[in-house]
Amino acid sequence: MAKGKVARVNGPLVVAEGMKDAQMFEVVEVGEPRLVGEITRIEGDRAYIQVYEDTSGIRPGEPVIGSGAPLSVELGPGLLGQLFDGLLRPLGEIYNLTKSPFVKRGVKLPSLNREKKWHFVPKVKKGDKVSPGDILGTVQETGLVEHRVMVPPYHHGTIKEVVPEGDYTVEDTVGVLDMNGDEIPLKMLQRWPVRVPRPFKEKLDPREPLLTGIRILDTIFPIAKGGTAAIPGPFGSGKTVTLQSLAKWSEAKIVIFVGCGERGNEMTDELRSFPKLKDPWTGRPLLERTVLVANTSNMPVAAREASIYVGVTLAEYFRDQGYDVLAVADSTSRWAEALRDLGGRMEEMPAEEGFPSYLSSRIAEYYERAGRVRTLGNPERYGSVTLASAVSPPGGDFTEPVTSTTLRFVRVFWPLDVSLAQARHYPAINWLQGFSSYVDLVADWWTRNVDPDWKSIRDFMVRTLIREDELRQIVRLVGPESLAEKDKLALETARLIKEAFLKQNAYDDVDAFSSPQKQMRIMKLIYHFYQYGYSAVEKGVLVKRITEKVTVVPDIIRSKATIKNNELEKYDELESKLKAQFDELMKEVGA
Amino acid sequence: MMETSMNVREYSNISMIKGPLVVVQGVEDSAYNELVEVEMPNGERRRGIVVDTQRGVSIVQVFEGTRGISPTGTRIRYLGRGLEVKISEEMLGRIFNPLGDPLDNGPPIIKGEKRDINGEPINPATRDYPEEFIQTGISAIDGLNSLLRGQKLPIFSGSGLPANVLAAQIAKQATVRGEESNFAVVFGAIGVRYDEALFFKKFFEETGAINRVGLIMSLANEPPVMKTLTPKTALTLAEYLAFEQDMHVLAILIDMTNYCEALREISASKEEVPGRGGYPGYMYTDLAQTYERAGKVVGKKGSITQMPILTMPNDDITHPIPDLTGYITEGQITLDRNLYNKGIYPPINVLMSLSRLAKDGIGEGKTRDDHKEVSNQLFAAYAKAVDTRGLAAIIGEDSLSDTDKKYLMFGDAFERRFVSQGVNENRDIETTLDIGWEVLSILPEKELTNIKTDFIKKYHPAYRGKR
Repeated sequence: MAKGKVARVNGPLVVAEGMKDAQMFEVVEVGEPRLVGEITRIEGDRAYIQVYEDTSGIRPGEPVIGSGAPLSVELGPGLLGQLFDGLLRPLGEIYNLTKSPFVKRGVKLPSLNREKKWHFVPKVKKGDKVSPGDILGTVQETGLVEHRVMVPPYHHGTIKEVVPEGDYTVEDTVGVLDMNGDEIPLKMLQRWPVRVPRPFKEKLDPREPLLTGIRILDTIFPIAKGGTAAIPGPFGSGKTVTLQSLAKWSEAKIVIFVGCGERGNEMTDELRSFPKLKDPWTGRPLLERTVLVANTSNMPVAAREASIYVGVTLAEYFRDQGYDVLAVADSTSRWAEALRDLGGRMEEMPAEEGFPSYLSSRIAEYYERAGRVRTLGNPERYGSVTLASAVSPPGGDFTEPVTSTTLRFVRVFWPLDVSLAQARHYPAINWLQGFSSYVDLVADWWTRNVDPDWKSIRDFMVRTLIREDELRQIVRLVGPESLAEKDKLALETARLIKEAFLKQNAYDDVDAFSSPQKQMRIMKLIYHFYQYGYSAVEKGVLVKRITEKVTVVPDIIRSKATIKNNELEKYDELESKLKAQFDELMKEVGA
Repeated sequence: MMETSMNVREYSNISMIKGPLVVVQGVEDSAYNELVEVEMPNGERRRGIVVDTQRGVSIVQVFEGTRGISPTGTRIRYLGRGLEVKISEEMLGRIFNPLGDPLDNGPPIIKGEKRDINGEPINPATRDYPEEFIQTGISAIDGLNSLLRGQKLPIFSGSGLPANVLAAQIAKQATVRGEESNFAVVFGAIGVRYDEALFFKKFFEETGAINRVGLIMSLANEPPVMKTLTPKTALTLAEYLAFEQDMHVLAILIDMTNYCEALREISASKEEVPGRGGYPGYMYTDLAQTYERAGKVVGKKGSITQMPILTMPNDDITHPIPDLTGYITEGQITLDRNLYNKGIYPPINVLMSLSRLAKDGIGEGKTRDDHKEVSNQLFAAYAKAVDTRGLAAIIGEDSLSDTDKKYLMFGDAFERRFVSQGVNENRDIETTLDIGWEVLSILPEKELTNIKTDFIKKYHPAYRGKR
């Protein structure tokens, strides 16, 4: 193992000499306080190290000790419900240890609790032949999640011993594997290097929607399980709130939330609210399915770079157990800036806007770790990693390198619009610029499970919104009065789409989550408003009359917050009122 | 942060002096961020820190600037510790420079604790989430962009706009209702003009608040390093008062634009690769290390509410300084030149303003049950009014529909009745919300779709009158 001395300190970059045994990306301990760092370049016997903690006080001559291993994380029972830092150190435990509200550097604590006993139920018996991914046993980690302890990758052979059902710590040996004559103890605790994707049997096309309860996401720009999505937007446009809503209400079995270079209070908000909030799909506290990784903006920049990989590695680990995992990262721009900062200190040749030239390959590698897969091991199972990430373009300019590169590698684009946000139209996703390439894939699911008309009404709404944009340009030139009546109807319908459907209050108990069935009911009301309106206009009814007489419209708009997901029959009343009021109008013109 | 103790070492072999930097040869073991003392032949002493250390070479950044320093005869003493400033409760009612030296002819601080002014990141697991509403008495803030205790909410200003008047008004009026609190204000005046410094001094003397206010100040003509140290020292004082003396601290930093320009100047002299606008690529992280020093922590009674003020160059909100700030802080209060020219004080552009935390501190049991919905409705309606104004300017007011004309009237009333108020006018939240209802009642009731019918029945002037 490499043992050298500090030769230079420049912020998070430390150069060590006497490191001829060092490997690229090896984790090292730097200086007297033994700060954690990672080797990112080797020149002769000099190793360039990015240090994950504040380097104040480190001086030339202090020791640098290699670990012989790349940056790895601990995997096993005990991850769920915890808040970790960017290197997967348990922040709650750190507080219990230091009793300080501040993060002290040089603190070393394992990710997983070593004392806690888990109730392990073996699923293999002595003499079984096993290969990577086979389920050794299960642990009911939380009320919501059964943790499946798997044979680690690259391990196969015959089970020589297995413990009986009982309570064990993550370090206890729960089985012994005979691998070509070598006896290998198997534990619940495993390690995996974060920069290496975990293996699987095959990657498959996404098929099912990842429902989120957010109407504009589910219906206008849906994401599929195993898909990739980006949310770019200037500050204050609601990136974090949208990601939080995703983390709260999406149908995923496991949620990994990576706060990468963002605000401390946001992670606190999640830590505080998730135990109280109930998963709408199972009724269990949300924290039981969530892992929080926080490298806030004021924490060392190198650990921010690592936190993204830590998050996606956790996601893959749960995917391999056969679960649908959603990993959200807020924000990948901060991660890219960390790359730029470190690249600059290494005196690398900068490319566009100072970002390193490998920015696009790093972004591509990250999103390629998403997908629906057939996992390794028996019994046969399928799992998925869905990646949704915020992007924070400087000045809200989507042509900057991180946003424009990200767009090439994601299949769903939820661009946030500052003018919508300023009018407090949330989620402020611009319906004209956004896209999803999963619409046709998920239409099939909606047809089978909700309503065969979903796709056609969805397309009607999108068309109406595009038409509205064109009409507004005309209005700006000639005024609203010169529009044809049918066009005025289109404007009214578009208003209804925006107010009753797209706009959604993430902080309203009822409105925050819309079941697919509820979304469909609102969509139908809007569609019927247009249909009845169209017939009325054909018969000579003025749109002005419609806005005066169809007084049920404000009730339709409010229904998102007044009608709960379990009382959809109340929509029947709105439907009949709508019809009756249009019938009245038709009578006026004698039709 | 400096844990390793070292002896004092002295060197005199200077190979280069450039901007605030001095390159010292022959130094084998200077620590990163180690404090040094520079002694000039005439006996003058300056301070600096190590910003890059290698075997045999050490680069020192001198706080007071390098003017007058000569390669010959100057001695550099490495002090074996990091930069620490003596912090004490006695600093309230006084004025200091960022190194802790008095600027008010008073005595130096004797009793105090030495603190590393860079601070340490607050562990997110120990943060306590802000949820107490601070009543500032200003409708545009309380009603629409509410400030909570422990929040960091900046004011985005433009040259000549009355940001300091507003900040002073907030400092004077801010209260958490139903509580006599242990309250203090820490001012970090970063590279300010002398008249600005005088304004604050006078204001607090007049309002009798000076004994609750500590002022850490660097002037516009001081070296850039002193400017970058100012907010750090101010926040170190704020942390001490909040987390060790149980005080509720309002930390006002003015003007962060001066801070960023100083940062750029230092970065350029170090020949670092510049980012957008010439500002260093790490400015986001650097600003975050300042702005994140706010909040509440579990088990401590005190809190830090931070209100940094910055000037948007050319009123451009996409400029790197406001842009990066907005990505870090929990919202922003944006001042607007058009409103100012219309004679509206405070000229707060509510649409471009935001309080991310407001949702957790308002509503039933906190302010008033209708607060959230009234706020949503005012935003939506004012956005529409502004849109309609744009339309009216093109096609003429006469071609607008009746509803749209109502929106125009609403927009004007909103600015003149709701946003506009006196420099000494302190409105409680009920008054603010009632004015909100009053201006909303200009609109037809069917337009108020953001408000549930129950609240309309309860608060709308049309129904209130009938009761």
